[in-house]
Amino acid sequence: MATIDEVKAAEGSDEAPKYKVIGTRPIRHDGADKVTGRALYGADIKIKGMIFGAILRSPHAHANIKSIDTSKAEALPGVRAVATSADLPEPGDKIAELGEGAVVLNHLSSNNLARTKVLYKGHAVAAVAADNLHIAQEAASLIEVEYEVLPPVMDVLKAMSSDAPVLNPDVRTEEASTGEKGDKPTNVAKHIVFEKGDIEKGFADAKYVVEREFRTSTVHQGYIEPHVATVLWNNDGQITVWTPTQGTFSVRSQMAELLHVPLARVKVVPAEIGGGFGGKISVYLAPAAAVLSRKAGVPVQIVMDRADVLQATGPTPGSFIRIKMGVDADGRLTAAEAWMAYEAGGYPGSPIGAGAMCVFSCYDIPNGRVEGYDVCVNKPRTNAYRAPGATNAAFATETVVDELCEKLGMEPVEFRLLNASKEGTRRIDGVTYPRVGLVETLEAIKNSDHYKTPLTGKNQGRGIGSGFWFNAGLKSAVTVTVNTDGSVSLLEGSTDIGGSRTGIAMQFAEAMGLAAEDIKPAVVDTDSVGYTDVTGGSRVTYATGWAAYEAAQDLKRQIVARAAELWDVDPAQVSYEDGHVIGPDKSVCFKEIAMELSTTGEPLIARGVSNHNEPGGAFGTHLVDVEVDPDTGKVDILRYTAAQDCGTAIHPAYVEGQIQGGAVQGIGWGLNEEYWYDETGSMRNANFLDYRIPTCYDLPMIDAIIVEVPNPGHPYGVRGVGEVPIVPPPAALEAAIYDAVGVRLYELPMSPPRVLHELLKKES
Amino acid sequence: MAKKRIVTATINGREEEFLCQPRQTLLEILRNTLNLTGAKEGCSNGNCGACSVIIDGRAVNSCMILGVEAEGANIETIEGLAPGDGLDPLQQAFLENAALQCGICTPGYIMSAKAFLDENPNPTEEEIRFSMAGNLCRCTGYDKIVRAIQQAAETRAEQSASCAKETV
Repeated sequence: MATIDEVKAAEGSDEAPKYKVIGTRPIRHDGADKVTGRALYGADIKIKGMIFGAILRSPHAHANIKSIDTSKAEALPGVRAVATSADLPEPGDKIAELGEGAVVLNHLSSNNLARTKVLYKGHAVAAVAADNLHIAQEAASLIEVEYEVLPPVMDVLKAMSSDAPVLNPDVRTEEASTGEKGDKPTNVAKHIVFEKGDIEKGFADAKYVVEREFRTSTVHQGYIEPHVATVLWNNDGQITVWTPTQGTFSVRSQMAELLHVPLARVKVVPAEIGGGFGGKISVYLAPAAAVLSRKAGVPVQIVMDRADVLQATGPTPGSFIRIKMGVDADGRLTAAEAWMAYEAGGYPGSPIGAGAMCVFSCYDIPNGRVEGYDVCVNKPRTNAYRAPGATNAAFATETVVDELCEKLGMEPVEFRLLNASKEGTRRIDGVTYPRVGLVETLEAIKNSDHYKTPLTGKNQGRGIGSGFWFNAGLKSAVTVTVNTDGSVSLLEGSTDIGGSRTGIAMQFAEAMGLAAEDIKPAVVDTDSVGYTDVTGGSRVTYATGWAAYEAAQDLKRQIVARAAELWDVDPAQVSYEDGHVIGPDKSVCFKEIAMELSTTGEPLIARGVSNHNEPGGAFGTHLVDVEVDPDTGKVDILRYTAAQDCGTAIHPAYVEGQIQGGAVQGIGWGLNEEYWYDETGSMRNANFLDYRIPTCYDLPMIDAIIVEVPNPGHPYGVRGVGEVPIVPPPAALEAAIYDAVGVRLYELPMSPPRVLHELLKKES
Repeated sequence: MAKKRIVTATINGREEEFLCQPRQTLLEILRNTLNLTGAKEGCSNGNCGACSVIIDGRAVNSCMILGVEAEGANIETIEGLAPGDGLDPLQQAFLENAALQCGICTPGYIMSAKAFLDENPNPTEEEIRFSMAGNLCRCTGYDKIVRAIQQAAETRAEQSASCAKETV
């Protein structure tokens, strides 16, 4: 539970820590607002004159829209505007990059307000704005829609068959490697193939080969704050959007594209964001709110309820995966093959690409083949969820690895140490790893107290799993202003979803030789800071932190030049070190020079940008002990330890928090969470009671071991942290359940009925 | 539309009078009529606990109570928790333990934890986990929240001990 420096300090080492600010645990800058209820989240935003919107949603999973009659809704007193897809311009087939995945504009537009078809239950069909929410909801229910109901296709394999109902007449199968498209309408939007070595020879060289088929259910990010958008279409045509989003600039471009307005006419103001995990990048409400605002002439706020969030935003795909792996007598992997089909939901765009790249990412495998399919089904259009695509894949691969270990009679940790990806390992999709820390996470687990403590109880078992995520770089911008009192205001465009503004301020403080508390970070709107990509891909602490580091270098250069001028010396004789400007005959601390420069010249403002794409992948290894109730199939977690290579932990408490939170989302995915659909394609558990995310009573403490293998591609060695920890848990749990009661589970979630079913099957 | 009623309740120690339609929840009144937006709406059906407030000493989901039912009640919300200067031990402990990431569940968590610690000042980890299970957090995995509540319990015990000493 500590960084290298913290461990050294605790052991009484007098070796100076490498950093002064990095690796400490200051209280977050936005802390007081968040524990007093003052922080303004999406639904807390109130704009003068604001009215309220409601969305009419499809009761059918698959239907043609024959007609929409809004006259009764419009006639209801208190209704100020009604909108349908007819109010959105024809978007065309341009592809928009959202930041963590791309979407065809035509599909994004139709996902916001359905055009000719509805493709899942809950699909937005029309929107109403009224003086209050109750009137808006009543009016929405008065809109008459005539549907021609079509048979839904809910299963990924069925959707791939040639006689399946086709959701989107414009979708053709694209070969990822060539970009060529098929000539027939289909539900299969993309086909990916990666190959390496000679797979037939690889399997021929194997002593043991295990091949298994897996299924995973659709699961949701489950952020506690529902989606909200408040939009003012001003009388001069300027559009302002207040919304909790992972990417203000992404929302700006989506709005400009969907509404056919110039980019410069859209300003996006970030509200505090109540969780996202990848699900708050795509727009769902803002385009409709904008149209309603234009018609009504006042700001419009639309808030989703929980059922809408589950049924009509972007969960992560259900999937079918077949894995085949071979090992030689020494336990070395000789070949691996994967066949993966991911449900995209109503429109193309599942994270199959990432899944196909991640599926064997933890292993050095000489021969391999991966085939992946992006498949439309009548479920909500999927979106990113924490390491999108990787968790499904790791569940399958790691379970096969566990079976291979059993055949070999090898400890799973030893097997992984023998076959682990390391610097120079070439992944099947062709990427060669830089310095990475998988081996170190395995060693950290092997050396943990948890691993060394044997488990002896009845129906108890232990499992291990590893996981990988790429992490992203992309673009970030930071602007800083030095105040006369020596404090620094820092503006950034990365919406802060879990304390990142402090992590960025700390990197700036470290570079300047200041304290974290001297920096005042703020996340500002799209007109107030340089372009910044989404808060996603575990990129913010890495990339926006780097921009802050660059802003510090810019500021130091300016301070040195100005001090030289002030002191009338050659700039070469002046340097900036550890919070002080040092001249030939004096050394002045930052606070003093800030005050002095403020009275002797122009304001001190600096900027930093970053656009690096060598983020260095990150790995984690998790160890879990479970006890299975043989009468009910319920799995209780007794102990949980997660080790992860974080490069350098900027704020260790929030790094631990990411590891713990990600692990628990993975636990929910592994044991409980799933979309329950009936035969009509209607989700039957669209609430938090029946779609049951883990509560604190379901869990023990989660021990997070921070492993620090500095990323050579970052000034402070940072690696992204947020996404990796969701990847290993389902696989680790599966291995633990098998160890406890001797049954294998090939389907997620491993809920009590499924475990019990396998137990009863084994008994009979 | 049903006629609005006048409701009188004590909110954070101050008597408030508000107009309320019978169908409006207490959460809607707090957030939209009284502008106390610290209580959050996460699910509207009592599953997530983000709207937790304390009514007559008990933690309740304010989305599950109608505004008209609050007549005469003593309501405490997150906005009334901190003393004039500084923070309540629970608020301080949440910050020191990094027990929040996005922070949307935090006000509800703190109010539920306050009602719980008022009743059980020296709880075990098991008791904390059992009693807090009605408050969902999707970010933290709960580890640091449980530790924060443990720390707050200790701070409160120290404070009441030193208080008792002063009275003696």
